[in-house]
Amino acid sequence: MTLDLSRRGFLKSAATVSVMLYVGVTADGAKAASGASDAMLNPFVKIDADGNVIAIIKHVEMGQGTATGLATLIAEELGVTMDQIGFDFAPSNPQVYNNLFFGPFQGTGGSTAMANSWMQYRAAGANARDILIKAAAASWDVDAASLDIQNGQIVGSGRTAPIGEFVAAAGAFSPSDTPPLRDPSEWKIIGNAATRRKDSPGKVNGRAMFAMDLHLPNQMVVMIKRTPQRGGTVASFDASAAQDVKGFIMAQTLPTQHGVAIYAENTWAAMQARSAIEIEWDFSAAEVRSSKEIKDEIMTALDTSPTYNVNKADRDAVAAVVDNAHTVVEKTFYFPLLAHAPMEPLNCTIEQTAEGDIVLHDGAQSPTGPHMAYQQIFGLPAEKIHIKTMLAGGSFGRRTTPDADYQVEAGLAFIMTDRSRPVKLVWDREDDIRGGYYRPAVGHKVRVGLDAQGSIVGWDHRVAGQSIIKGTAFEPMMVRDGVDHSSVEGLADSPYIIPGMAVGLTDTQKATSVLWWRSVGHTHTAYAMEVMMDMAARATGQDPVAFRLSYLSGGGQDQQRKAAVLKLAAEKGNWGKPAAGNMQGVAVHKSFGSYVAEVVEISGNLEDGVKIEKITAAVDCGIAVNPDIIKAQIEGAVGYGIGHVMRDQITLDGGSVEQSNFPDYEPLRISDIKSIDTHIVASAEAPTGIGEPGTPPSAPALANAIAGLQLVVAELPMSENGVTFA
Amino acid sequence: MSLSLKLNGKIHEIEAEPGTPLLWVIRDELKLTGTKFGCGVASCGACTVHVDGEPTRSCQTYIEDVQDAEITTIEMIEEDKIGSAVQQAWIELDVVQCGYCQSGQIMSAVGLLRENEKPTADEIDDYMYGNACRCAAYQRIRAAVQRASDILEA
Ligand code: FES
Ligand code: FES
Repeated sequence: MTLDLSRRGFLKSAATVSVMLYVGVTADGAKAASGASDAMLNPFVKIDADGNVIAIIKHVEMGQGTATGLATLIAEELGVTMDQIGFDFAPSNPQVYNNLFFGPFQGTGGSTAMANSWMQYRAAGANARDILIKAAAASWDVDAASLDIQNGQIVGSGRTAPIGEFVAAAGAFSPSDTPPLRDPSEWKIIGNAATRRKDSPGKVNGRAMFAMDLHLPNQMVVMIKRTPQRGGTVASFDASAAQDVKGFIMAQTLPTQHGVAIYAENTWAAMQARSAIEIEWDFSAAEVRSSKEIKDEIMTALDTSPTYNVNKADRDAVAAVVDNAHTVVEKTFYFPLLAHAPMEPLNCTIEQTAEGDIVLHDGAQSPTGPHMAYQQIFGLPAEKIHIKTMLAGGSFGRRTTPDADYQVEAGLAFIMTDRSRPVKLVWDREDDIRGGYYRPAVGHKVRVGLDAQGSIVGWDHRVAGQSIIKGTAFEPMMVRDGVDHSSVEGLADSPYIIPGMAVGLTDTQKATSVLWWRSVGHTHTAYAMEVMMDMAARATGQDPVAFRLSYLSGGGQDQQRKAAVLKLAAEKGNWGKPAAGNMQGVAVHKSFGSYVAEVVEISGNLEDGVKIEKITAAVDCGIAVNPDIIKAQIEGAVGYGIGHVMRDQITLDGGSVEQSNFPDYEPLRISDIKSIDTHIVASAEAPTGIGEPGTPPSAPALANAIAGLQLVVAELPMSENGVTFA
Repeated sequence: MSLSLKLNGKIHEIEAEPGTPLLWVIRDELKLTGTKFGCGVASCGACTVHVDGEPTRSCQTYIEDVQDAEITTIEMIEEDKIGSAVQQAWIELDVVQCGYCQSGQIMSAVGLLRENEKPTADEIDDYMYGNACRCAAYQRIRAAVQRASDILEA
């Protein structure tokens, strides 16, 4: 489990206290119990007799602030301060700790952590408050309605007592499926920008435990030498040179044949042994295509009639309207493969207990994935497999694949041993950049027709690329009428009211393993759409902000919320009044239920280099639970989006990835963006996503600023397509 | 070879092959896991430690080259006046997201403030350039270095 120094106080006192109060919520209703640690197996809240509260976090903490966010909900409803609450990660249990938006599946993704937990965690905190108050009221013989919990104290009827005094008695009271929630006017922590992250202290003193930091007694480190071309298999290998590496234990071909597992006493020995091993590969069934061929296939698809009519438009009629329009703007876009490259390379540790149970220590986004895979690999029932969630050093989508790729590798590497020693699977950065699972390469071809007054009359939009979902276990749930929505999300379902819009989709062949990458389809749909909006505005001499607003007027709340962030970003970003010599660009997009607008201001020119001076963002993600974390997520999401379009791409040569590490897959650096200023729209709506929605508008806003230098960048990365950055 | 390493004020007797990166001795042998592995090729800064007070990429520092040096890792930096100011600033501004790069960021920031008490934004960007943050917490890193500078001045 994650031990964080901020919990030192809790650990110390927990040793002297055995009775705790547990409050849980399951599909069968709310539950509570007082007693020892086995009184309730899967609670959401634990409170000890000293009044220390632990929030059980069902989502992985990968930087997005979910541990603090969910603890905030419990602390607020219960009536304790953020100093009185700590957190632990939930075990894997898809019945109890499932993502309420995903069915019986425990997972973090799609920016849903706060959105799906909002009522559930508040209810858990409210139930804890309710039964503690009932226990106190019974003991004091007063009316429960006269009591409240404030700062960890039960107060009312002229008395005060710490909540810890009632943890033993409270378990006898029944929690409710609809406990009384605090009125928003009472909130002290929700919406409070001064709330600090619970995970900061351990992350600044080096004591926070990421999965990579686990060191189980007697463990072996395993690294895999994988096929450089997808689909290649091991014909034979020669490990004789590895025998000279001190700490090398053994090497074995994985049952999947996609690589050789190298077992060593420590990481450095594994790395050296891996370099020493020679492998003869069988590439007869391997991917041999290069990026150019993949791009050619996409471009050809864009010039042919799309396979799927995504929004059931009369495509021929839309095409005819565009053909006959007063003004036509058109552009073909190309988006390359991108790697996630989370800062902590992939890893996990697997061990077998004396009882024969399997334990996986992992920073997984979706514990249910490896949990299910391990039932097959080990032939064990679900309850004999335990997944301990640890801190994840970033993920951006990579730590959850439909086939639980790295956890399965670890499981296979483990099953090939006598299981007496834990196995820690370690990927290095080269494995990460080359090891498959990329944002797919995608093309868009867009033709927009405008009338003499400069109003859009037709929008013909085609998308072509490799589907993320097809061919995975998620296909039956997530593909409708042949359309993988993640390829086209954000286009036809955009809040813009655009007359005569046709969206067509063609799937291209599987070229490599592809995966959701922070904001998924919105990474390219927002770019194509928002660059087109700007081109259309400019071609007809209209202001890009006013032009967009005209397609958001006369609608409902969806349009109003999108318009509001656009106006706020324009106002705070001094739209139309850049510093002398600077250029501005704007973009606005809705994703994961949230609305984000960004104004990017740049200086410089194409020859000497463009500098990103300032980015102003406005966000509406419903009730802002932790405003400062929301700002941090926007800052991070903007940087993630901008960094990749500036200069990153994954390319294939004869089926092999050409990039290998940060020197050729260059991260955003501190000097790339001079400042980011984020503004939050006040809202009473339920919270929506925040981890991803900042990414989609960032790249098109930059492109639209650069368009002021007479270059519309339609193929990425920008550095390969005419833009130099200072 | 066996050698002794002066790390965090203590002498550690180590058994390691020449050419072993200091990073792996710190992480795998001494089990001080605050120093992180991010790239192994000196291009991310996650592995930054101090060697005789100088921020140094431990993934590209060989063990035999630091036998006579004083090595400090993130676990000891709070003992340093600048180090504790930087940590305080990092917490005040909630710089961390995933946090995986932050040990390295902090070790570099301490190095910067040691040689420049009042760095400008551009000087911070120059000095911290090699410390990558995939979560892109740069805005706060920059602000927190300046906040730490203010804390130290006060
Ligand atoms: S791990 Fe040393 S610089 Fe990246
Ligand atoms: S905080 Fe995640 S890499 Fe910097």
